[in-house]
Amino acid sequence: METLSNLFKIRGEMSRKAYLATVVGTFAAVFVLWSLLSYSQLVDPTFLPSPGTVGKTFWHSVLSADFWGYVGISSYRVLMGYLFTCLLAIPLGILAGTFKFAEAVLVPLTEFIRYMPATAFIPLIIVWIGLGEPAKIMVIFVGCFFQMLLMVADNARAVSNDLLQASYTLGAGKLQVLRKVLLPALLPELMNTMRLIMGWAWSYLIAAELFAASSGLGFMIIRAQRYLQTDMIFMGILVIGMLGLIIDRLFALLNKKLFPWAEGGR
Amino acid sequence: MNTFPSQTEQHAAVKRPAARASKIIVDSLSKTYTTKSGSFTALDQVSAHILENEFVTLVGPSGCGKSTMLRVLAGLEEASSGSASIAGRRITGPGADRGVVFQSYTLFPWLSVRDNIEFGLELKGTPKLQRLEVSDKYLELVGLTKFADAYPKQLSGGMKQRVAIARALANSPEMLLMDEPFAALDAQTRSDMQELLMNIQKHEHATILFITHDIDEAIFLSERLYVMKSRPGRIVREIEIPAAMRQNKELRDSEPFIQLKREIVDLLHA
Ligand SMILES: Nc1ncnc2c1ncn2[C@@H]1O[C@H](COP(=O)(O)OP(=O)(O)OP(=O)(O)O)[C@@H](O)[C@H]1O
Ligand SMILES: [Mg+2]
Repeated sequence: METLSNLFKIRGEMSRKAYLATVVGTFAAVFVLWSLLSYSQLVDPTFLPSPGTVGKTFWHSVLSADFWGYVGISSYRVLMGYLFTCLLAIPLGILAGTFKFAEAVLVPLTEFIRYMPATAFIPLIIVWIGLGEPAKIMVIFVGCFFQMLLMVADNARAVSNDLLQASYTLGAGKLQVLRKVLLPALLPELMNTMRLIMGWAWSYLIAAELFAASSGLGFMIIRAQRYLQTDMIFMGILVIGMLGLIIDRLFALLNKKLFPWAEGGR
Repeated sequence: MNTFPSQTEQHAAVKRPAARASKIIVDSLSKTYTTKSGSFTALDQVSAHILENEFVTLVGPSGCGKSTMLRVLAGLEEASSGSASIAGRRITGPGADRGVVFQSYTLFPWLSVRDNIEFGLELKGTPKLQRLEVSDKYLELVGLTKFADAYPKQLSGGMKQRVAIARALANSPEMLLMDEPFAALDAQTRSDMQELLMNIQKHEHATILFITHDIDEAIFLSERLYVMKSRPGRIVREIEIPAAMRQNKELRDSEPFIQLKREIVDLLHA
C-alpha cells in the first residue's frame, strides 16, 4: 500500500499500477469537469461544446476524406521541417559542444537568434519564399533549428570528461574518441532532445497553417473559427494532441529499445 | 640506455641483487596552473622513479599534487617544466602503454563488461577471436566471468573497479597508474580489491603507481612510498617498505608496523 508520506518523498518511487491509476484518474477528472461545465449549460455551448458534440464531430471527420487529407499534409510538413532541422542542428550542435572554436562561431549567434520569436518571422518568410509548402517547412525549421542546436550542444558537453580521458588512455585517437565514445555516450540524451523538438515542430506547424494555408489541421481550425464551430476547433486541437502523444510514446519506446544500458530511463 | 644520473642505478645496484631497470623516470617536474588569483604551483621540481615490476605509492595530504603527477604521467596533463619518461621515451600525451584506473567510475555504460574489457584491443584492430581470448582471461582474473554480458549499471562499485582494472590490463600496458581506485569502496570490498591487486601484480608482473590516503593500504601494497607535501607540491621522503611487512595483514598490530605507520603519519602532519 502506498502510504501518504511515501507519495511526498523527494524522488520517491511509486508502483507502476498506482502510477497508471493516477494518470487515468487525472484524465478522467479533466473529462468530468468538462462534462459538468458543458452539459449543465453553465458555459454557453458556443464557447464550450460538450464532449458528445466534439465526439460526433470527430466521428464525422474520421469518415471524411478531407480530414485525412489534412492529417496527411500536416504530418508531411512536420516531418519535412523536422527532418531538415535534425539534419543540420544535430551535427552543428555536436560540433559546438565539442570544439571551442565551433562553439564560439555558433553558440552566441544562435543564443541571440533564439530569442527572436519564430512566429514573427512568418511574414518575412512569406515575403521571401511565398505561400507554398517550402514556406511552412521553413517556419518549422526556423522555430526549431536554433533551439535544437543549443540543446544538442549541451548534450555533447554533458558527456563526462572522465569517459573521454579514459578512452585516450586506452589508446584512442581523436576520431576514435568522437566516434566510439562521444557519440554513443550522447545518444540517449540526443534522443530526448529530438523528442522535445518534435513537440515544438507541431506547434510551429500550426502557427504556419493558421497564417497561410488552405489545407492542414491548422487551416481546419482557423476555418472553424470563422464559422464559430467551436466543436470543430476542439476536435482539431485534440487530434493534434493525440498525434503528438502517439509520436512521443514511439520515441519513448524507441529509447528503451535502443538504449537498455542507460541509467534511469523514462 | 638512458643517462639519468646515479640515484636510480645506485639504488637498484645496492639494494636489489638482480638490478631492475627504471620504468618511469620523473626529472625535476614542475606543474603550474594559471588561475584567476595568479599562478599556482601544484608540483615543484619533483624527481622520482619507478622500477620495472615495482609497486610505488604516492601518499600526501589533499591538494599536494598526487593526481597532478599521475595525470602528467598518463599524458593527460602537460608538465610546465622538467620531464617524465617511460622506458626511456619522453611522455608527451596519453597512450595505450600506460593503463589508468581512475577513482571515479569510467566504464563505458553502453558496452557490456566484456566489450569494455576489449575496448582497447578493438581500437587497435585486434581480431575478434583473439579479443575473446584476452577478455576471457581477464574476466577470470578479476572474477567476473559470470557478468561478461552485464552492463555497467548492473554492477556494484567494487565490480566496476575490477572491470576498470581488467580493461586497463587487457591492453597489455607497460604499467598501471591508479588514482585512489578503491577510495569509494567499503572496507570489506576494499580489502578484497587489495588482495586482487597483489595477485595481479604477481601474475602479470605489473609495474604500478598507486595513490591512496590510506596508510595501511599503502604499506600493505607497496614496495616503496613517496611522501608528498603541499604548497608547493613536492616529495619530502622516500620510504622503502620492508619485504616482510608488505602484503601481510597479520602484522598490522606488530610494533614495527605501528612504528612505520607513525613515521609516515608524523611526516604528513609535520
Ligand atoms: N586544472 C586546475 N586548475 C587549477 N588548479 C588545479 C587544477 N588541477 C589541480 N589544481 C590544483 O593543484 C593542486 C593539486 O591537485 P591534485 O588534484 O593533484 O591534488 P591531490 O594530491 O590529488 O589531492 P587529493 O588527495 O585531494 O586528490 C590542488 O591545490 C588543486 O587545487
Ligand atoms: Mg587526487
